Amino acid sequence: MDILGIPILSFLIFFPLAGAVLLLFLKKDETIRWVTLVVALIEFVVSLPLFFRFDSTTAAMQFLEDWWWVEAYGISYKIGIDGISLLLVLLTTFLTVLCVLCSWTAITFRVKEYMVSFLFLETGMVGALVALDLILFYVFWEVMLIPMYLLIGVWGNPARRIYAAIKFFLFTMAGSVLMLVAILALYFINLKATGKATFDVLELYKLGIPVGTQYWLFGAFALAFAIKVPMFPFHTWLPDAHTEAPTAGSVILAGVLLKMGTYGFIRFAIPLFPHAALELMPLISVLALIGIIYGALVSMMQPDLKRLVAFSSVSHLGYVMLGMFALNTQGVQGSIYQMLNHGISTGSLFLIVGMIYERRHTRLIADFGGISKVMPVFAVFFMIVTLSSIGLPSTNGFVGEFLILLGAFQANTVYGVLAAVGVILGAAYMLWMFQRVMFGKITNPKNEGLKDLNAREILTLIPMIALIFLMGIYPKLFFSKMDVSVEKFLKDFRGKVEMKADLTVPKVVAEIKK
Amino acid sequence: MLDYVWLIPLFPAIGFLINGLLGRRLGKGVVSVVGPAAIGLSFLTSILIFFELIGKPASERHFEKVIFDWVVSGSFQTVIGYQIDPLSILMALVVTGVSFFIHIYSVGYMHDDPGYTRYFTYLNLFVFMMLNLVLANNFLLMFVGWEGVGLCSYLLIGFWYEKDSAANAGKKAFVVNRVGDFGFILGMFLIFVNLGTLDFTDAFAKAGQLDTATVTAITLLLFVGACGKSAQIPLYVWLPDAMEGPTPVSSLIHAATMVTAGVYMVARCSVLYNMAPIAMAVVAIVGVATAIFTASIGFCQYDLKKILAYSTISQLGYMFLAVGVGAYSAGIFHLMTHAFFKGLLFLGAGSVMHALSGELDIRKMGALRSKIPITFGTFFIATLAIAGIPGLSGFFSKDEILWMAFSSPRGHFLLWMVAAIAAGMTAFYMFRALFMTFFGESRVDHHVAHHIHESPKIMTVPLMVLAFLSIVGGYVGVPHVLGGANHIHEFLAPVVGGGPEPGKAHAGFSILAQAWAAGGAQGGHSTALELFLMVLSVLIALTGIGIAYFLYLKNPILPKRLAEQYSGLYRLVANKYYVDELYQVLFVNSLKKLGMGLWKGFDEFIIDGTVNGIAYFIGWLSSLMRRMQTGFVQNYAVSMIVGGVILALYYIMRAFF
Repeated sequence: MDILGIPILSFLIFFPLAGAVLLLFLKKDETIRWVTLVVALIEFVVSLPLFFRFDSTTAAMQFLEDWWWVEAYGISYKIGIDGISLLLVLLTTFLTVLCVLCSWTAITFRVKEYMVSFLFLETGMVGALVALDLILFYVFWEVMLIPMYLLIGVWGNPARRIYAAIKFFLFTMAGSVLMLVAILALYFINLKATGKATFDVLELYKLGIPVGTQYWLFGAFALAFAIKVPMFPFHTWLPDAHTEAPTAGSVILAGVLLKMGTYGFIRFAIPLFPHAALELMPLISVLALIGIIYGALVSMMQPDLKRLVAFSSVSHLGYVMLGMFALNTQGVQGSIYQMLNHGISTGSLFLIVGMIYERRHTRLIADFGGISKVMPVFAVFFMIVTLSSIGLPSTNGFVGEFLILLGAFQANTVYGVLAAVGVILGAAYMLWMFQRVMFGKITNPKNEGLKDLNAREILTLIPMIALIFLMGIYPKLFFSKMDVSVEKFLKDFRGKVEMKADLTVPKVVAEIKK
Repeated sequence: MLDYVWLIPLFPAIGFLINGLLGRRLGKGVVSVVGPAAIGLSFLTSILIFFELIGKPASERHFEKVIFDWVVSGSFQTVIGYQIDPLSILMALVVTGVSFFIHIYSVGYMHDDPGYTRYFTYLNLFVFMMLNLVLANNFLLMFVGWEGVGLCSYLLIGFWYEKDSAANAGKKAFVVNRVGDFGFILGMFLIFVNLGTLDFTDAFAKAGQLDTATVTAITLLLFVGACGKSAQIPLYVWLPDAMEGPTPVSSLIHAATMVTAGVYMVARCSVLYNMAPIAMAVVAIVGVATAIFTASIGFCQYDLKKILAYSTISQLGYMFLAVGVGAYSAGIFHLMTHAFFKGLLFLGAGSVMHALSGELDIRKMGALRSKIPITFGTFFIATLAIAGIPGLSGFFSKDEILWMAFSSPRGHFLLWMVAAIAAGMTAFYMFRALFMTFFGESRVDHHVAHHIHESPKIMTVPLMVLAFLSIVGGYVGVPHVLGGANHIHEFLAPVVGGGPEPGKAHAGFSILAQAWAAGGAQGGHSTALELFLMVLSVLIALTGIGIAYFLYLKNPILPKRLAEQYSGLYRLVANKYYVDELYQVLFVNSLKKLGMGLWKGFDEFIIDGTVNGIAYFIGWLSSLMRRMQTGFVQNYAVSMIVGGVILALYYIMRAFF
């Protein structure tokens, strides 16, 4: 399917970039905001046919585009989506619109640069999600880094934004450099084994790599992704980045950027190195479990709303990883669903925190109390989002969490039981936070005159609320898109793991060593 | 009509949406109509369906209606679907019926509250969730209702959220319930892993495949959920605090409907429980222990609603005792009669509060009998019912439980004895409350005294309706021994089974054993014994009432003196055995400390310390390097010369050695 003669996925990658270029010629802040909004909206509308025209009966890549980029080295511009990436692409285009909306009045200086960064970021995110060539993926992966670095470092909270931005950059870089080495190693292994120069991930899936080598390569990929997720104990950049970033930065960071880590596992690390993934499953599951419980406990004690939500992300992403590494249908599907859920629930939480931050210029829980009284509409939205975050049945969070727990329970009873403990803690820290912010009497006179949400803010939140319930009540709409792809993912995984016996000959590695 | 089962939960859902989205614009008048009308229509539908159901032969009284596919992932398939059978329709009738009258009562009770619309929105949502709980045809949808009613409970307990105590109580209820739900979820997992389905009909049909260990684990885990929702030891602590909510809420949610969900769930899973004798014993023991433990707390409370709350926990304990000994229909029977009389007691307490400007302390009441006669009359009826006075509903249901606790093959003499003592205690603390509130001398505050007035019709009519039900509600279950037909037992039998046959004489008490033996063969023996025990339990109840009369009407100073004489014991009981304090230290404080320690100690010190440490180390290293770049030519010259000398020396040495 083409848009203006351009294949749809390419359009989705480069349209925001074109929008960003257009912004460079504009002067007035108001115009820039509107143009950005229109660009983001068009992008979103164009992405919708992906959903409706998606063939959910096949696991093959769809909307495929495949051209040579650097033919000599086998680098191609190969993009496409399957049931796993489809929903994440939609989440990206959807959240970007909301991010533009919520930056409307929050960003007051260098609006142009801000919006340019944001659109640039969107290009990076969509690109990384649809790339099927490892070099292409790596390029987009790094492209995402720069605008996010700027968003935190320039428009962040003055006190610690530089520290947070650099920390974010260094953590992510540290992982991705190793990943680059692993990508090159993979390329050479394939070259020796098949004589074909390619970075095409679908080709590389077919490669049988000796188990010993898989450990190293998987380790490099996994480290890059684990930092991005972030998994315990690589998570400490996240609270800083979230806290210091502007609202939209936090939303997109939680909503999409973290998902790049989990998506990386499911698209690259696991299918490329299945034996290593299987062998390291206990390690990753245990780290995920620690993340779930640890994130919840630390979150409970945070005095700052954004830090609290950030640590809750550590806990939620722990569920995503746990489900994925259960490596069964319910676990993996729940995991993918929870990626979307987290984008929506935690994204909404950041929107909500941003809304009261704009009014009060503080995020400390102790500065609030009794807000329900003065902002009843806000209270309703906040309550619904909180419930979604703690996975109340009939909201989206429940479906994902339940399937993950079920998947984990089937993989290993103890994992399931321990992860379920996190569900109790989740309710505790979220409701305690909600109570301290919203309930009680207004003790701080500054809170007395707070204005309730305006139309723009309500408009920003309503789509989120609608999705929370739609995904909670009729999940089939989304599961039907990913069913076949997940089954294929698992079938391939099991198939390769069973071939283990054939891989013991370290022929390929021996050749490389020469 | 059966095909329209979905209408039962739909009406409250519509009421919820109308009031929730438009309530503020529509105004109080419309809200007052929409709220109760939604439940009324739902009640009406339930009645129609009930009559259609009993028109069918007993074996065909089962109907399922699937609405749409819900969570579907690989082999895991669940639907949104409802089922109608004797158990679910009975629950639906109790829920919608009692709710309807409490909604009407609320129109009067909440009339001047600024949160009027919000109140009815929540209340409709609650009924919707509760109906999903009881009508669901699978575990997962039941769980939706299960957590959904928990949410409404949370919202309504914390309805007056500006009060810290209310907000705290709401949160406590939710979190403690989540502990229970943890068990429920794991129970579901075990069912799915072993049977491949969460559908009730399927799962129970395949239950035979389960080995005893698994089924015991499943039923115990589900029971953990029941302990949370139905406030049993050790998870009962949230219910007394839940009294922070508006009184009709306490009546509807925390007495008549939601808290009985656990009993319903055990009865629904009777097939599973019957396969797990150990789990059943646990259910029965926890039930009876809760019954007597919380009844004793009721002795020393002065807050009228708190007394009723502990009483509710205690009565729920009876219901679990019943289902624990396999007498599911007796448990459900008591669930129903309890919904009438306990719902009424709470509404009565609300009416007292209404008369006394919100006063709840029974030490500041007294002699209200003649001032609020309708409230008194109905409250009195309910008190008689809960005390187990013959002829009222509570007598029939409680007595059946006592008899089953004794005679069921899963019963035991000790279960019966503890339950019987608790029954006496119930009679005592209820009459204590009754006497202190309505009899004796007035201790009402002067400012309040001249305002005392009976509640308006809109509140008293629901009281009268429930009083009527508290009297006649028991006649659907008159035992055979009194010449009745025990209709409710027959009605529920297709779902929960015929119940245990009286099977053995318990050696615990020789007179009883002799009475049993004297009865002779086949049923004969049990008739004599059943009548004997019945008389005994009535005597125990009368004793309780007598003591209450003696202490609180005849010698009102005596209780105080007793409290002083046994001050240690009194303080222990008055402080509810310090269980809340214990939990605070064990769980809340220690988790907070752990969280703080992990944050400050691990996250900031170890991880970030390492990261920042590396950064500082590199910074330090480069600052060392930087020192070499001094910019002074002399320094560079010196290092050049030194370097040159070293090189020269090196080559000289090499040449010679």
